[in-house]
Amino acid sequence: MADAIIQAHGLTKIYDAAVGGRVVAVDEIDLQIESGEIYGLLGPNGAGKSTTIGMLTTRVVPTRGSILIGGVDLVERPALAKQLIGVVPQSNTLDRAMTVFENLEFHGRYFGMGAKRARTVAAELLQRVRLVERSKAPVMALSGGMAQRLMVARAIMHRPQVLFLDEPTAGLDPQSRIALWEILGDLHDDGQTILLTTHYMEEADEFCDRVAVMDHGKILALDTPAKLKASIGAGRIVIVSASGDLEMLSQALVAGVDGAREARTIDGRIHLSVDDSTGLLPRIIDCAEAAGASVNDLSVTEPTLESVFINLTGKDLRE
Amino acid sequence: MSTTQEERSLSELRPAGQAYRAAFVGLLGRDLYLLRKDLKIFLLRTLIQPLLLVFVFTYVFPKTGQSVGGSSGASRFSTQLVAGVMGLAIVFQGIQAVALPLVQEFGVSREIEDRVLAPLPTWMVGLQKIVTGLLQGLLAACLVFPIASLVPATPVHLHIRWAVLLTLAPLAGWVAGSLGLMLGTKVKPFQVPLLFSLIVLPLTFLGCTYFPWQDLQNVVWLKWVVLANPVVYMTEGFRAALVGGIPHMPLVGIYGALVGFGALFTWIGVTGFERRVVS
Repeated sequence: MADAIIQAHGLTKIYDAAVGGRVVAVDEIDLQIESGEIYGLLGPNGAGKSTTIGMLTTRVVPTRGSILIGGVDLVERPALAKQLIGVVPQSNTLDRAMTVFENLEFHGRYFGMGAKRARTVAAELLQRVRLVERSKAPVMALSGGMAQRLMVARAIMHRPQVLFLDEPTAGLDPQSRIALWEILGDLHDDGQTILLTTHYMEEADEFCDRVAVMDHGKILALDTPAKLKASIGAGRIVIVSASGDLEMLSQALVAGVDGAREARTIDGRIHLSVDDSTGLLPRIIDCAEAAGASVNDLSVTEPTLESVFINLTGKDLRE
Repeated sequence: MSTTQEERSLSELRPAGQAYRAAFVGLLGRDLYLLRKDLKIFLLRTLIQPLLLVFVFTYVFPKTGQSVGGSSGASRFSTQLVAGVMGLAIVFQGIQAVALPLVQEFGVSREIEDRVLAPLPTWMVGLQKIVTGLLQGLLAACLVFPIASLVPATPVHLHIRWAVLLTLAPLAGWVAGSLGLMLGTKVKPFQVPLLFSLIVLPLTFLGCTYFPWQDLQNVVWLKWVVLANPVVYMTEGFRAALVGGIPHMPLVGIYGALVGFGALFTWIGVTGFERRVVS
């Protein structure tokens, strides 16, 4: 790939857990992140997303595998590679002894900026993340959304080749989420390569250029959100809540409803993939009643990344 | 990867040595900036304890006719306490400027996770903390010296050996800073009260701060046991460097032990630091 900014091969992390022996957190994954894209790692908690980001940001040493980031071998030369990465971790790691402005100013100093330049860039960034009025505030006085925006500003201050964000919107209120995505969108427009993890499928769908679906330390699928959804091969998903033998009902629906491709039972509801849902609902009810089940609720959705995940793993992303 | 991409990336990189140096100086600059910003707190935590110690033991006691310092008298006690107070000031900085902030940054705020993303090797971030401890220790020693020599009611007999003082003080600061790093990486936030009762108090009370090591000949077992305490070599070293007429350990033993403790604590501290932040 001509413009791959991160190339990772056979990336594996095995932990020796105190209880339960060896835990394979990440299992032989390959990654190619292209310059300028927003790449999302989507998966449930414990899928290995954070460990993957940990390895790509020098915090976790891979058990096996190689990482080339901007031409630098990150496993061999982590200290050098830190110049090329910007990281927004899951927890608030702002310097609590300092003000908002000082957090940025000193970050610039760590990355070799002179005092004057660090202050100039810090002021510009505060403008960009809309925290100018908070400049002199202690970071402990910031709301979760503001702290997150400041951490984004800090992470991009040294102009990293790749910006990493680990669950950037987890725990944020809807307004803060929107504000954060506006900033990330602007950065994307400027050509910033971004790699993020999320377990919010809507975010991955809406904002990511490509999404890798992860579970149990493996990448199960990788493509643009549109292609991932198209890969299911269904035009619509009908979700059927019914009482009775759901296993038998699933089989009856696939056999008896025209255009039904597949049925899966998730969380006590049947997810029926169909080509087109037009005029199908009465048929489903009839079919269910014929099978001795009674339908309590029916809803129709377009395939989402969640459907993709269910299709790949047979389980709900939220489980 | 295309050649142009690779060339662009590498040309943006600053050479390792230059980047490491800038990051190290930047991190040190942060600690010193905060020292200046919170100077009042630094002064209070550095001065109150030695001031009270010296005031009660070497001013109030002689004035009230109480005998401290055994048969050799109050003046001898005041004189030898100068060295003890200097040693204490330095070792306290190792705890207060290095260990306690680290316990907080590791266990509570987790802000250390960002500090180690600065573009230098992780072990150098640990080393930088030792340098912070060393510098604050030296500053503290300079501040308490006038207190220890001017407050006592009885005369203090100073006899400064500059060559010893100027080499010993940084060495003591290094041991204190590395001790701080070691404790900071091992102690969990909920263990901080124990840190004081199990480590800081024995280190200071049995660090030959209130009595010269040679005076322990009447409690021989203690004379040997305290040799495991690094503070002993600091205070004995300051005795050799600052005061006259008080016996002290041979200088070879003092320097040898301080270098040994410094190297050991640095090794344990730096490797422990790396283990805490890189998995």
